[in-house]
Amino acid sequence: MGMGLLIDSTRCIGCGACSSACKEQNKLPEKVEEVLTAYTWTVVQPKEGLNVRRFCMHCEVPTCASVCPVAALTKTPEGPVVYDAERCMGCRYCMMACPFEIPKYQWDRPVPVMGKCILCADRVKEGKLTACTEACPVDATTFGKKEDLIWEARTRIRSKPGAYLDHIYGLTEAGGTSVMMISSVPFDKLGLKTNLPADPPAMRTWQVLSNIPDFVGVWAVFLYGVHWITARREDVAKAEKHNHGRGDRS
Amino acid sequence: MNATATLNPRRFRPGFWTGVFVVLFLAFCAVTVIRFTKGLGAVTHLSDRFPWGLWIGFDLLCGVGLAAGAFTLTAVVQLFNLKKFEPIVRPTILTGFLGYSFVIVALLLDLGQPWRIWHAIVYWNPHSVMFEVAWCVMLYTTVLAVEFAPVVFERFGFHAPARLIHRLIIPLVIIGVILSTLHQSSLGTLYLIVPSKLHPLWYSPMLPLHFYISAIGAGIGMVILESYLSGRAFHRHLEMNLLEPLARGMVVALGIYGLMRIQAIHRNHAFGSILSFSYEGNMFLLEFTLGVILPVVLMSFRRLRSDPNWLVGGAFLAVLGFVMNRLNVSITGMEAASGTRYIPSAMEIIVSVGLVATGMAVFAFAVRNFSIFPDGPVSQSQEREEGA
Repeated sequence: MGMGLLIDSTRCIGCGACSSACKEQNKLPEKVEEVLTAYTWTVVQPKEGLNVRRFCMHCEVPTCASVCPVAALTKTPEGPVVYDAERCMGCRYCMMACPFEIPKYQWDRPVPVMGKCILCADRVKEGKLTACTEACPVDATTFGKKEDLIWEARTRIRSKPGAYLDHIYGLTEAGGTSVMMISSVPFDKLGLKTNLPADPPAMRTWQVLSNIPDFVGVWAVFLYGVHWITARREDVAKAEKHNHGRGDRS
Repeated sequence: MNATATLNPRRFRPGFWTGVFVVLFLAFCAVTVIRFTKGLGAVTHLSDRFPWGLWIGFDLLCGVGLAAGAFTLTAVVQLFNLKKFEPIVRPTILTGFLGYSFVIVALLLDLGQPWRIWHAIVYWNPHSVMFEVAWCVMLYTTVLAVEFAPVVFERFGFHAPARLIHRLIIPLVIIGVILSTLHQSSLGTLYLIVPSKLHPLWYSPMLPLHFYISAIGAGIGMVILESYLSGRAFHRHLEMNLLEPLARGMVVALGIYGLMRIQAIHRNHAFGSILSFSYEGNMFLLEFTLGVILPVVLMSFRRLRSDPNWLVGGAFLAVLGFVMNRLNVSITGMEAASGTRYIPSAMEIIVSVGLVATGMAVFAFAVRNFSIFPDGPVSQSQEREEGA
């Protein structure tokens, strides 16, 4: 298990320092948009009296990395799901497939790339905090080893009964994520998907794809077998007709 | 192939439809220019919430699916040895090739950076269905081109390469059938990864099989339809002795497919959304009654199958149902989860229609200049010429 983030939506004051820090760190256009775009990788949305941070969840088995035909998206051992814009050909299957609807596209550019949070992969590799964690004035975003964060989340939920729902969002969703969230309001009311299966979506396509080599062999033998039988039948029919004809004449 | 011949190229006269084609083609070119100078957002109604639209739903999914007649008929003739269908193999291979070319052109427009399309050859990700799709498109387009090549070789008198391909036809057909099986089903596999997004009326772990079998049904429907259309355009008679048994095959394929769909909906406990007449429910009812139940019922009667008008009607319904299904999977079924409505822009529609028109124009050109159809039309026109 690598590193991750714990988001405590009961602590967040909605100041937006995380968004600004992210913009600076990743050299994105300054303007912070209200929803995630290819140019705004993290946003804070007011919902049900809370402030909810939305950005890439950094899945343990990332759907986006599984669907990318050119392997432009990969999960690093440290936890971040990173993106190689030089490889991307723009099929947008990652956007279509992501269960959290995170990858966004540069629709306004003739040479577009995808944009999403990369969990400050370079900083994390050097052992530093993510830019958003560093910027947060109220510790609503905590950076750490994933197992420590799970421990921390459980401690907070247990030590303040009634202040939190007994659910760590991201522990099992879509097979588990490096980013987790705790809240006092049901997650579906915060705009998060709660109908996600606990098995990674990527397993569903891999079950099919991993069987293709076996299938090709069997299908090839079957098809040739059909040809072999029908062609043989034709030969036999011809030969019989031939013999028959000779028999009549004699 | 002495029995086949071409229509006389001199008979081509630009008419109303040529004009329509030219206008559509110019509009298509204009949209292409805007697309590559201003970006996808300027020409499409695609958005971060709805990243795949008409070009994937219609051009890619339907373009590939409707080319399924090629592998079905080559398998029937070469592997199942039903040689009587041989006269209509060539037009289906041509349709398949054009269908796949159509898909490639659409992809070049839809991809964000199409000049990187070769990346799929260099950077591999065998976990990706899109990777499989990319390879199937490349390889099967090549197979179709090789299968069609003898027609071109014969036309220009190169008999040696044509004979070579003819000798290799069995392995070639087997490779083609395998690639098609993988490709048709993989388009369904694309949607396996969105269990939380695709509506339960369409989502199923069996999606790959649904796509495969419905493509066979619709592919046969396309064979019948194009025989009819080219028959009208070139004053040929319909090969009813061949098309009537093909319609039987279509009924079997659509019947199996319809049953599988009902089983899948039952497993998803989704009958409720049909009975509640929701948006998705209504779209499903339209797709399923028009595109599956009606053609299966109609084409089950020999009397209707043997009547050219009913036969063409049944084939049309099967193709229509197929197109509606692919659009429902890729658009209708995905809208609720995306929280938005997607209606293609005029420019997206122009591209799709322009591509269809170009495909038809190339088909017409090929029929005039190469021996695609059996001798029927030429003997007629020759008679007319001789009589004159």
